[in-house]
Amino acid sequence: MDYKQFEELASKVRVDIIKSVFEAGSGHPGGSLSCADIMTALYFKEMNIDPENPLMEDRDRLVLSKGHACPAQYAALAERGYFPKEELKTLRKLGSRLQGHAKMGLVPGIEMSTGSLGQGFSVSVGMALANKLDNKEGRVYAILGDGELQEGIVWEAAMSASHYHLDNLCAVVDWNGLQIDGKNDDVMTVRPIEDKFRAFGFNVISINGHDFAEIFDAFDQARACKGQPTVIVASTHKGHGVSFMEDQAGWHGKAPNEEQAKQAVEELGGEW
Amino acid sequence: MADKMATREAYGKVLQELGAEYPNLVVLDADLSGSTKTGEFKKVFPERFFNFGIAEQNMYGAATGLALSGKIVCASTFAMFASGRAFEIIRNSIGYTHANVKVCATHAGITVGEDGASHQTFEDLALMRTIPGMTVVNPSDGASAKELLRQVVAMEGPCYVRLGRAAVPFFYDEESAKEIKLGKGNTLREGKDVTIIATGIMVSEAMKAAEELAIEGIDCRVIDMHTIKPLDEDIIIKAAKETGAILTCEEHSIIGGLGSAVAEVTATNCPCQLYMVGQRDTFGESGSPEALKAKYGMTASDIYKGVHVLMKK
Repeated sequence: MDYKQFEELASKVRVDIIKSVFEAGSGHPGGSLSCADIMTALYFKEMNIDPENPLMEDRDRLVLSKGHACPAQYAALAERGYFPKEELKTLRKLGSRLQGHAKMGLVPGIEMSTGSLGQGFSVSVGMALANKLDNKEGRVYAILGDGELQEGIVWEAAMSASHYHLDNLCAVVDWNGLQIDGKNDDVMTVRPIEDKFRAFGFNVISINGHDFAEIFDAFDQARACKGQPTVIVASTHKGHGVSFMEDQAGWHGKAPNEEQAKQAVEELGGEW
Repeated sequence: MADKMATREAYGKVLQELGAEYPNLVVLDADLSGSTKTGEFKKVFPERFFNFGIAEQNMYGAATGLALSGKIVCASTFAMFASGRAFEIIRNSIGYTHANVKVCATHAGITVGEDGASHQTFEDLALMRTIPGMTVVNPSDGASAKELLRQVVAMEGPCYVRLGRAAVPFFYDEESAKEIKLGKGNTLREGKDVTIIATGIMVSEAMKAAEELAIEGIDCRVIDMHTIKPLDEDIIIKAAKETGAILTCEEHSIIGGLGSAVAEVTATNCPCQLYMVGQRDTFGESGSPEALKAKYGMTASDIYKGVHVLMKK
């Protein structure tokens, strides 16, 4: 398969992350850029969705449990045709449909209001359980941050996903290694992530979260796995694609200034 | 019909009826299905009952996901762990999305009794009524609990329903309970001298107090304020204007609960003398429900005394 088209789409998503966070003057570029490839893979290939019919009965659903990365989700949704790209400029502004942490019911495609860490994953367990109960085909995806794994509810949710054999649930951990106060390893160790999920009954797949071949392969494996939920532990770089943001905790929740934004867009091959 | 029933018993019974009426009703519990009575639902509809273990936060998160998938969800545990431990999930997941989750919380208040202070919730009404769009209900007896739960399940949106452990006397029957309307206070006794606004199990204490006071010639109006939110402001304003003084009583802290809610209405509409009966900014302890009610000032006798204080003002 030719992955170039996905790489190009991901670059467009990244450009829109930079532009929208710059326009907003605040937001979370680092963790948005790290999950941009996963987001692109989900919205442009993996998920059974229809932007023309966003509430389609048997659709797949994505819950962005690391809700602060919503600039990535907004950019991907707009690129996919859920709402006009022009609207990305309104991010975080008064009256905007693009809240600083996504609120469902405003723009189509947002399946859950998130922002408070850990809760989105828990909600995705309920969605997957409902689909099982109703014999629906739809799968449920949840993107989690690595720092987010420090929340206790994540492990309560993991336990229940495994207990109810939710093989229609696929979590993706965006393992960029950094959180607000610094490295996960310094703040509060989350390692070993894979062993923890394995112990909680998950099918665990480890990949490079910036490699589309590995991302798509992991989603295929997840769909083929029966009787247990899957977690894809995706190694990523915070700020991926923008040289001066890469692997810098300082870019977790800070907007670039105009000069920085221009440089970032240029590096990503976009137009300012 | 027995002369007493715990509101949680009524919950178990009505769940069986509602399960048959609503094929999309699911019930969740956190390892307390015998105590909360959700086990009654499980007996009849095991495929629609989900135990989430001792993990209340995730139970309310998953409840949200089920509700956002078209289910009506009743999710139960003790009031302490529902309103306290899971507060932020109820606020940010259930409240913010206006999910159709009914937080049916049992073992509220001092009448948990012997289990002691760690399990006696006096904060739940205060916490829950601050969440925008949350309906907050506190039934007073078995018959009204059944009726209110029916209305709660029939309405769209999040609700908190406060239920008790201890058996309490009936003063509604099936017929009179049908008069109860969510969001409307129910006048159980007309009176012109003072109004007693009671909620939950304190309604029966209020009725006892009103009878004693009547012997002394003090004519008390008694209102069952089963819905704390949205609060029936009209009935409060009318009472303030017509009787001039209001006593509130609740098995809950006087900070933030019914008393505070009534004060918010009277202070801004029709200032009047207020007296609040309830838990006074202190933790409880182990003991029998009746002994605890007496020690912490939540009996008919405390209401009786409070009315006398008001009458002297």
